[in-house]
Amino acid sequence: MKLVCPAGNLPALKAAVDQGADAVYIGFRDDTNARHFAGLNFDERRAADGITYAHACGTQVYAALNTYPQPAGWARWQAAVDRAAALGVDALIVADIGVMDYAVQRWPDLHLHLSVQGSATSEAAISFYHEHFNIRRAVLPRVLSIGQVRQVAANSPVPVEVFGFGSLCVMVEGRCLLSSYVTGRSPNTYGACSPASAVQWQETDAGLETRLNGVLIDRYAADEPSGYPTLCKGRFRVSGNTCYAIEEPTSLNTLALLPELQDMGVEAIKLEGRQRSPAYVDRVTRVWRAALDACRRDPKHYRPQDSWLAELAQVAEGSQTTLGAYHRPWQ
Amino acid sequence: MNDPVPRLSLGPVLYLWSRETLLDFYARIADTPVEIVYLGETVCAKRRSLTSGDWLVLAHRLREAGKQVLLSTLTLLEAGSELGGLRRLCEQQDFPVEANDMAAVYYLAGVRPFVTGPAVNIYNARTLAVLARLGLQRWVLPLELSRDTLADLQAGRPAGVETEVFVYGRLPLAWSARCFTARAHGLPKDACLFRCMDYPDGLLLSTREDAPFLVLNGIQTQSARTMNLLGELDALRRLRVDVLRISPQFTGTAEVIELFHACLHGRRSVAGAQAELAGLMPLGPCDGYWNGGAGMECRQPAGAPERVP
Repeated sequence: MKLVCPAGNLPALKAAVDQGADAVYIGFRDDTNARHFAGLNFDERRAADGITYAHACGTQVYAALNTYPQPAGWARWQAAVDRAAALGVDALIVADIGVMDYAVQRWPDLHLHLSVQGSATSEAAISFYHEHFNIRRAVLPRVLSIGQVRQVAANSPVPVEVFGFGSLCVMVEGRCLLSSYVTGRSPNTYGACSPASAVQWQETDAGLETRLNGVLIDRYAADEPSGYPTLCKGRFRVSGNTCYAIEEPTSLNTLALLPELQDMGVEAIKLEGRQRSPAYVDRVTRVWRAALDACRRDPKHYRPQDSWLAELAQVAEGSQTTLGAYHRPWQ
Repeated sequence: MNDPVPRLSLGPVLYLWSRETLLDFYARIADTPVEIVYLGETVCAKRRSLTSGDWLVLAHRLREAGKQVLLSTLTLLEAGSELGGLRRLCEQQDFPVEANDMAAVYYLAGVRPFVTGPAVNIYNARTLAVLARLGLQRWVLPLELSRDTLADLQAGRPAGVETEVFVYGRLPLAWSARCFTARAHGLPKDACLFRCMDYPDGLLLSTREDAPFLVLNGIQTQSARTMNLLGELDALRRLRVDVLRISPQFTGTAEVIELFHACLHGRRSVAGAQAELAGLMPLGPCDGYWNGGAGMECRQPAGAPERVP
């Protein structure tokens, strides 16, 4: 299985390459990708430097162009496709049918991967993108159980890539409008969920409050660690109970599933976190490289090492990890 | 105004209602002026108040009552067995299909004309053109898109493709592998006991300061507020929108249809109808998406002057 690692800037890209990533995925500095954060991502020159560096080490570079352009912004997405093709990326990660159509018409030799934002959870949906746009790989949303992943992997016309580690989307990617409902900006339209521009932190008598465009997402007592107000990971009231009604602040970690994923023919494991630091990328790439190598050598006796888990726990959101939807009881 | 009057549609029931409730509901709908009815389970494959055979019987009955009937597909597909059911639905010849996932589009494309629901992401003219070539007959504007984007899309709309806009109802905002209704009851999805049956308009989720926020409907999450574009009928008509969708709620759906119909045909003033409509919404209105803002926002208390965008 190939290891696909995130990079939000050139130092992170170099860290991923140095630690043994098979591919690194990057985005440009605008709303054409789903990590549209201030100070993050690549301009043309940095992208060229990164691609040169990666290719010299035999590492591939993918460009994420995985948001949904509206007519008023279309030219930006078209320019981003052209830029990525001219830079010589190894694949474009795309979600929008219009963008795919443009890319195959204009750059027929450019490889397309279906983004997780494309919401394809079945071999039939993947077949649509394969037959019409010749996608070479599909990234599966984080909503399938391990048995369902096996089934899709077995029947898909193209190899699949799955998420291995990082922030956990509880909702099907590409179909979650919670962020735009609250802030006007969503991953689809703007490339960000719960954008920082809408976040308010306030000390009150009841504790530290985090709000998103005025909506109270959580409130922390003095002895509680506070977290970024990603809106599906706040505490809310349902039937009189106050709880993490949608999901706890937690990270996905599938180290334990590697032999199974390998056995079912999953082509690539993706690590989330283009918004994270080069130190994060360095650490998660190193751990996952070691894990994938160990799994490839001897899948029967593979077991996640305690030191790997400890390292990952240090960088996990909320300092806890889950198997997420892969593990049926989570659902 | 010379633009044609849009037709009214009724979206699929998004909640788990009992068989009797569903049959009574659609018997009542047969007598309303809604022209198009979408039928079927679009949220959770476990829900079986009606079998696929029951839905077909209902579809024929509504067609005999003069409605144009479409069968709607599941939105989030997970198990292989769901794919089989989807395929059969797409292959039946009696009724056109509303595709709510690209798997359904795959089965329908190039085979027979189809309609796409609001969860199929058509955000730009090029996407619309591709799907039109494959047989798209009508599309529903994705919920988070604004009037301005709709205007741009209408300007480049392929010939023969109709446009539908979700104008009334709680907004279906997200789908998950996890069942949040079961979670609220401490149950796993595989042993959910169909608790969503107890919440015919969804289970309210409020903030820690008790502000109503979202509604849990099994694996689907909705807005607590009800999208309401009754005040935008003139704009929708000027934009040559063909169909206006009303999403079912447990009580008052027929009244909502009557109010929209009366306003469309000039039998009621919008201001008067707004007051009545306000009494039918479970927790108040929103229209922020239409105005290009946050979906939960509400610009217009009835009669308020319109802000220039």
